[in-house]
Amino acid sequence: MIELWIEGVGIHAPGLVGWQQAAPVLAGQQPYAPVEPPKLAPALLPADVRRRTTEHIRLAVEVAGEAVRHAQADAAALWSVFATSESDGAICHNICEEVAKPVPEVSPTRFHNSVTNAPAGYWCMAVQSYAPSTSLSGFDASVGVGLIEAGVQVGAERCSVLLVAHDAPFPEPLHSVRPMSAIFGAALVLAPARSARSLARIMVAIEPGLHALSRLPDAGLDGLRTGNPAARVLPLLATLARREAAELYLPYVHSQALRVNVQPV
Amino acid sequence: MTPLVLTSFTAVNALGRGTAAVLKALTAARTGLKPCTFEQVQLETWVGEVAGLDDLRVCERLTEFDCRNNRLAELALEQDGFAARIDQARAKYGPRRIAVIIGTSTSGILETEHAYRQRDPQTGALPASYRFATTHTLYASTDFVRRYLGLEGPAAMVSTACSSSAKVFASAWRMIAQGLCDAAVVGGVDSLCRNTLYGFASLDLVGREPCRPCDAQRGGISIGEAAGFALLERPEQAASHSGVALLGYGESSDAYHMSTPHPEGVGAALAMQRALDCAALAPAAIDYINMHGTASQANDSMEDRAITTVFGTHTPCSSTKGWTGHALGAAGITEAVISALCIQNGLMPGCLNTRSIDPGFTSQVLLTNQSRDVRRVLSNSFGFGGSNCSLIFGAHP
Repeated sequence: MIELWIEGVGIHAPGLVGWQQAAPVLAGQQPYAPVEPPKLAPALLPADVRRRTTEHIRLAVEVAGEAVRHAQADAAALWSVFATSESDGAICHNICEEVAKPVPEVSPTRFHNSVTNAPAGYWCMAVQSYAPSTSLSGFDASVGVGLIEAGVQVGAERCSVLLVAHDAPFPEPLHSVRPMSAIFGAALVLAPARSARSLARIMVAIEPGLHALSRLPDAGLDGLRTGNPAARVLPLLATLARREAAELYLPYVHSQALRVNVQPV
Repeated sequence: MTPLVLTSFTAVNALGRGTAAVLKALTAARTGLKPCTFEQVQLETWVGEVAGLDDLRVCERLTEFDCRNNRLAELALEQDGFAARIDQARAKYGPRRIAVIIGTSTSGILETEHAYRQRDPQTGALPASYRFATTHTLYASTDFVRRYLGLEGPAAMVSTACSSSAKVFASAWRMIAQGLCDAAVVGGVDSLCRNTLYGFASLDLVGREPCRPCDAQRGGISIGEAAGFALLERPEQAASHSGVALLGYGESSDAYHMSTPHPEGVGAALAMQRALDCAALAPAAIDYINMHGTASQANDSMEDRAITTVFGTHTPCSSTKGWTGHALGAAGITEAVISALCIQNGLMPGCLNTRSIDPGFTSQVLLTNQSRDVRRVLSNSFGFGGSNCSLIFGAHP
C-alpha cells in the first residue's frame, strides 16, 4: 500500500479548463458542456520556445504548471513522472509520412520533439529543474502505471513528485486504429506527508484479480474518461472535487486495477 | 541503498546473440558496425544491425506481436538461459510478484513506417494487416515480454530517449524497496527504423564512418539496435547469481536544451554524483566508467568535463559504442550488461575505432583493452530532453 498526499491539481480538456472551472463540473454542481478548449500558450514557455513546441507538449506543460501553482510547490525541486499512452501523435504521423518518401527530409525540431520525454524536457527547462524525471507508458493503463511509479518515488525517495498524464488524438490514418475522442491532460502534486496544503490522502494498491473500474455518473464525462487514456484519472479528480471519501478502481496493466482509497483533508 | 543482485542477464546486439558472443567480440576488439544497408535508407553511415531479424518470427502463441522490436526482444530472452531462469523465479515468487520494466525509444514504429508506404491510394487508410496495439504503441514490448515470460506483476515501459533502459534499474529498485514485488525483469529493446536514422541525420549527428568515441576527429554516432534483460533480486533471496550487483543509481535532468547536452555537463555530473551518494561510495571506489560516449562532438566533450568534475583525471573510462553502435533506448541495458561482463572477466575495454583522444579531454580515456581486476563500474546513459542516468555495478560475493 502506497500512501500519498495530494497538494495540487491541474486539468485541461474539452469543457474542463483549469481546476477552478472544472471542479464544480466534476462535482456534479454544474452541467458538463464539452466545448473545445482554447489553444494553449503556457506562460512558463517563452514565446521563442513555445513556437518550437507542439499542442501536445503545451498541454503537458500547462497542466503541470497549474498543479504546481495550486500546490504552491517549488517547481524545480519536484521530481516528475510524465505518463502517456501514445506520446505525440501529430509528430509521429508527420515523420512517418516523411520517411515513407524515397528521400525524406525530417525536420530536426520535429525529430527532437518526437521523443516521449519531450514534454518533460520542456518542463524541466521551463522551471530550471535538475530533478529526476521519468516518462513512461502503459497503453490504456498509463495513468495507473504513472501513479505507481510516482508512488514508489515518493515512498522510496521521500520526495514530492509531479505526476502528469497527457494524451491527444492521432491524425488519420492512425486515428482509425487508435481512436481518441478528445485531448486530455491532468497533473497532480504528490507529497510524502501531510502539510497545510494537503487536499486529500490517497492509499494506492494493486488489486489482485479483476475488478469493475470506477465510472463517472455523467455520460459525457464518462465518455471522455473512456475516450482518452490519460482521462482514466477522472474518477480520482471527481472525488477530489466532491471532497468526499471514496474507494476507487482505476485501470492497471494486464486487466488488473489499482485500488485507490481517497480521504479528503 | 541495499544492493540488488543481477541473478541472470542477457544481451543481443550487433556483436551477436548472447553474452558469450558479446564478450568474445569485446576481447577480440572486433566491431559489430557495418555500412548501412537497412531497408532502402539512403544515408552514408554505419550501423550496428542485429543479423537475421528479418528471418525470425515471434512465437506462435503471441503472433499478433510479431515485429522487428519484439523479435529482437524474444531473441534476447532466449539467450543465456534467461527465460528458463525466469521460469524458476516465477515458480518461487509467483507471477504477480515479479515486475517487468522495459525501456524503448521508438518501440515497433518500423511497422507503422511499412504501413505508411502501403496506404490505400483512395482513402489513405492503413493496410488491414497493420496491428497497432501489439507493435507500434510504446507499451507493446513490455506487454510482449510479460506475456512471453508469463509474468503478472507491476509493469511499465520507460521512454526517456537514450537513458530509457538505464532508468528501469532505478524504477525496479524502488518497486522492490516499496514491497510491490520481490524481483524484477528489467531491460530494453530498440530496433532500427527510418525515423531514427533520418531523424538523427537531420540533426547532423550521424557519422559517415564507424563511430570514434572521444576521438579528436570524431564525426558523429553510429546508430545500432539491441535488446538486453536482467533479473534483479534481493541478495538473500537469490539462490545463485551472476556475482554482480546493482549498487546505486543517479538520475537528473539537464534543464538546458532538447537535443544538446549542457556544455559543462552539469546534469551528467549530477547523475554520477547522485549514483555515488546512493551507493555510499567515494569516487575512488569506481575502477572503470563505461561512458555514454556517443561520438557526437557535444556529448563526448561534456561527458569528459563531467567525469573530470566528479572523478578527477585518473579513473579509467571509455565508450563501447565503437563495438555496438548507439542502441538508443536499449543503450542503458546493453552497457549495463557490458559493465557486468567487465566485472566478471576483469576487462576494461578501450574506445574501439578511436585513433587519438581529443586533446582537450582531461579524463583518463582508454584507447585499448586492459585486463585488470574490476570491482566496480559506473555506467552512464544520457538522452534527448536532458534525461540523465548513471548506474553503479559491483562484484557481489
